[in-house]
Formats: sequence, structure tokens, C-alpha cells
Amino acid sequence: MSRVLVGVKRVIDYAVKVRVKPDKSGVVTEGVKHSMNPFDEIAVEEAVRMKEKKLASEVIAVSCGPAQAQETLRTALAMGADRAIHVEVAAAEYETLQPIHVSKILAKLAQDEKADIVIVGKQAIDDDSNQTAQMTAAVLDWAQGTFASKIEKSDAGLTVTREIDGGLETVKTKVPVVISADLRLNEPRYATLPNIMKAKKKPLKKVKPSDLGVDIAPRIKIVSVEDPPVRQAGAVVPDVDALIGKLKEGGHV
Amino acid sequence: MFTPTSRHLLFSTQLRRLQSTLVIAEHNNEVLSPVTQNALTAAKKIGGDVSVLVVGTKCGPAAESIAKASGVSKVLVAESDDFKGFTAESLTPLILATQKQFKFTHIVAPATAIGKSVLPRVAAKLDVSPITDIIGVKDANTFIRTIYAGNAIMTLEAKDPIKVITVRGTAFPPEPLEGGSAAVEKAPEGSYKSDLVEFVSQELSKSDRPELTSAKNIVSGGRGLKSGDNFKLLYDLADKLNAAVGASRAAVDAGFVPNDLQIGQTGKIVAPDLYIAVGISGAIQHLAGMKDSKTIVAINKDPEAPIFQVADHGLVADLFKAVPELTSKLP
Repeated sequence: MSRVLVGVKRVIDYAVKVRVKPDKSGVVTEGVKHSMNPFDEIAVEEAVRMKEKKLASEVIAVSCGPAQAQETLRTALAMGADRAIHVEVAAAEYETLQPIHVSKILAKLAQDEKADIVIVGKQAIDDDSNQTAQMTAAVLDWAQGTFASKIEKSDAGLTVTREIDGGLETVKTKVPVVISADLRLNEPRYATLPNIMKAKKKPLKKVKPSDLGVDIAPRIKIVSVEDPPVRQAGAVVPDVDALIGKLKEGGHV
Repeated sequence: MFTPTSRHLLFSTQLRRLQSTLVIAEHNNEVLSPVTQNALTAAKKIGGDVSVLVVGTKCGPAAESIAKASGVSKVLVAESDDFKGFTAESLTPLILATQKQFKFTHIVAPATAIGKSVLPRVAAKLDVSPITDIIGVKDANTFIRTIYAGNAIMTLEAKDPIKVITVRGTAFPPEPLEGGSAAVEKAPEGSYKSDLVEFVSQELSKSDRPELTSAKNIVSGGRGLKSGDNFKLLYDLADKLNAAVGASRAAVDAGFVPNDLQIGQTGKIVAPDLYIAVGISGAIQHLAGMKDSKTIVAINKDPEAPIFQVADHGLVADLFKAVPELTSKLP
């Protein structure tokens, strides 16, 4: 039976309209609603389902970041993860923490915890990088099943259906493997109140990147973060004929 | 100490050492994907020498096409059954072997499903931080990309010695396949078959319409279409406009259309001349995928729908009446 490590990230809630800081150093995060990255909810759900199907023996949730990352870990525990590891990164260092750092942390933890399957979301909706699964697999020299929309147990490992540009693709991967969850992999469950209460008692271990031998020195310098160009507001046309007139004016038809 | 000629030679070698880019071509073993040409434009903007790697089970057609692009100095070809399915596990060691031999400063690929799968794996092996989905090149170390679903634009300076980059196709014009005659050479040979993964099959959606990410016109439908059958209204309109058909996440999740039609932060990023959004409210995540379109038309019965804030021309109407009328009245 597999042990599953699932990576979760605390991000600004998907429904929030972000604001760029006036000094162009980043976006405003203070006092803004945060929640678990939606793709990571799908990753947790899949890990918990693996346990429910007796394919996995234990689900360990991991999050890297400042103290608030623990809230995200509690959410994962309430969804059914067995225990959690908080990799503490101070707020200042977290600004330049990137998938390369996180993947080295996840890889080390996967080895330490003797995990066979690592699941993360396909991308975080804040940095939109889409790198962590691929890089974790590379560090470990494991197979990768990216953008997974279906995962099934097969004889030698897993059969993963992947969302690709023109449709779907099926691959068979060996286990150990790193999976990244796409939107259509599953529908994550809501944490119920009793489970939220129970999650408070589940074990949560704290470690530092240095404990794991991972250097989190910045690999990039943020030059600026700015607002995207604003579109000129258009006008409402009264009917279809007027719309066709506009399309003709624009040379579209 | 140096004759003028040798000094010049030394200078040019140093220049070449300063900047050299490998572009990973994308193709389907039959034709070169047009998005490779957009990635080539980005590579040329970085400056320096540009090489292209064509890898697959059949590389001839793609290698021939890309060798014709101006500014490509050489095309490296790796043709083998090892690369069936373009798996990241088999492509990565090849790219690493190529990198070891030629010592590029930049490795660039289009930000497609393949590029996104392979390049971060390559970057981790090189111990460098990849730079995803760039929309601009400031200089050889400074790149522009969007974060937060396109709601902020980040300029970043990469500190790593090798820059591993994926390119958003719609942000760079395609480099024409003419004016060049690059030498075609063999990429470093070896056994690249991976036993970690086995490619089984692909189910590709078949369509006679233009490909979504490179289409000039797109007609896109959302939850307002109410069913998959009603998408026929959009196909009829698309046929009149020679347009591709896209969808919002709501329409995909509801099962109206397959997922590869999804436009948005986590689907495809498009920037056509004309984007017609039908029955799409315009959530942040959808706008991330289409707000760089030249002209946006919205047809929605809800005048408060956020899509009207980005639409050049809005029509507040019942799509079930307006779309057939539009289709019948278009020339």
C-alpha cells in the first residue's frame, strides 16, 4: 500500500480581485481572504479517495510558508489527511520562494516519509507557474503524471489519463510517481464541522527548509509587479443589425 | 599578439558563448506546430545564436520546415521510437545531453501541454528555476510574465546561469518559415527510452475548424448555452466566420463540450482578432484566457455580467434568439 504525500499552498482566494501594491513590489496580501489553492483541494481529495479505496495507507499533507500555512494544513486534515508537515518559511523569504525550492523540499520529505505517491495541484493560481510536480519528479527521478483527470490502479503502477492540448492522453506510470491534479480529476468534498474539530487534534509537525538541507536562496529578482493594461470600455449595441454594422466597421466580416 | 582576424574570431566566439538559445520544436510527427514559430520569435528577441531541437518518432517534416526560418543556425534532430508520446521522462535526458554538448544559455519551448510537462523537469535537472509562460523579453536575463490569472504583470530578472523558459504563443508574432537554410544535424545519440512511463494512447478531438490557439476568430460558449446540443448554434455561427469554437469552464464542467476547448487561466490562452463570448458571464479565470483579444463581443442577457466590462461591443439579448439571427444575417 502506498503512502501519499500531498502538497498544498495557501493562496489569495480565487474570487478575490487582486490589487497591485503602489510601490510595484507585489500584490496586496494583507487583510485579503486566502484559501487553499483550488487545484490542491483536488489533490487532497484524490489522496483521501485513494485511502478510502484502500490504495493508500496514509495521507500526509505538506505546506511551505509562514505561520498561516497551518490553516491550510488544517483544512487538508479536515478533508481526511492523517497528519501534516508545516515547512516554516518566514514571510520575507516566502516572497521569493519558488517551485524549485518547494520541489526540493517535497522530494526530501517524500524520501524521509517513505512516500510512494506525491500529488500536487497542476498550478497555483497566484504565481501560475505549473512547475512543482514536474520538478519534484525530476529531483526524485520518478515518473510524472501531469494534468491528471483520472487515476486508476494498474498491475505495475498507475494508469493516468492526462489533459493535453488536443484532447486526452493515457499513460502508464510506475510507482513511485508524482502526479499533478487537473480540474476534472474530482470534485473536492467540503470539510464538515465534526471533521474540522477532529482535524485540530491531528498531528502537525513543523520543520525548516534548513532541517531538510534545502537552500531557499532566491533564484529571481522581482523587478516590478504592475497592473495589466486596462481595456477601453466598449458600448452596448441595441440589436443584431447594429452588431453586424460594428463587425463590418472593424473589418471582421 | 593577435592578428585582426583572430581577434575578430575570438570576439565572435565570445559573443556566441555569451548567448545561445535552444528552441524545442513542437510537432506531431507530421507537421510543425505553428506555436514553434512564436517561440522562435521570442528566442530571437533574447539574442545570440539560435538552434532548434526536433525530437519525435518522425522528425523529417518538422525539421525541414523549421530549417527554412531565418536566423536559425542549426537544427538538431533526434528521431527514435524512444520518444513515442513525447513523454517528459524520455525528452528530458535528450535535452540534457544536448545541453551538455552545446552549453546553451537559454532553453526555450512553447507553453503547451508538452512544453509545460518537459521544461520544468529539465530545469530541475539543471538546478535552475524555470520561467513559465513569458509574454515579453526585456533582455537576455529579464522577462515579463503574468501572475494571478493575468491580473498582475511581473518583470523578473533570472539569476540562474541557464534560463529555461516557456513562451506564451499569443504574446509573440510567428516567425515566418522563409529566408533561412539552417544545417540539419543529428542530436547527441543515446538510448533515451524511459522505463518509468509507458505511453498508451491519445484521444484527440477531431474538428475541421481552425485550431483554437491560432484562430483569427473565436466563438465561445458558456453556461448560458444550457446544453451540449445547443452548442450547434455556435458551430453554425463559427462556420460563417471561419472561427474556432471555445468554451468557459462552466460549459466544460457541465459536459457541454470536451475540456480541450476550455479558454482561461487553466485552459488555453487565446488572443484572436475577434472573440465572441456567448452566454459567458466573464469570471476572472475566463478573462485571463481571452482579454488580449483585439475585439471582444459579448452576447448575454444579463446587463450586469462582468464580460461587458471588457467587451468592445455588447449585445444584451437572449442568445437563443440573437445568435441564430446573427448567423442568418452575416454575409
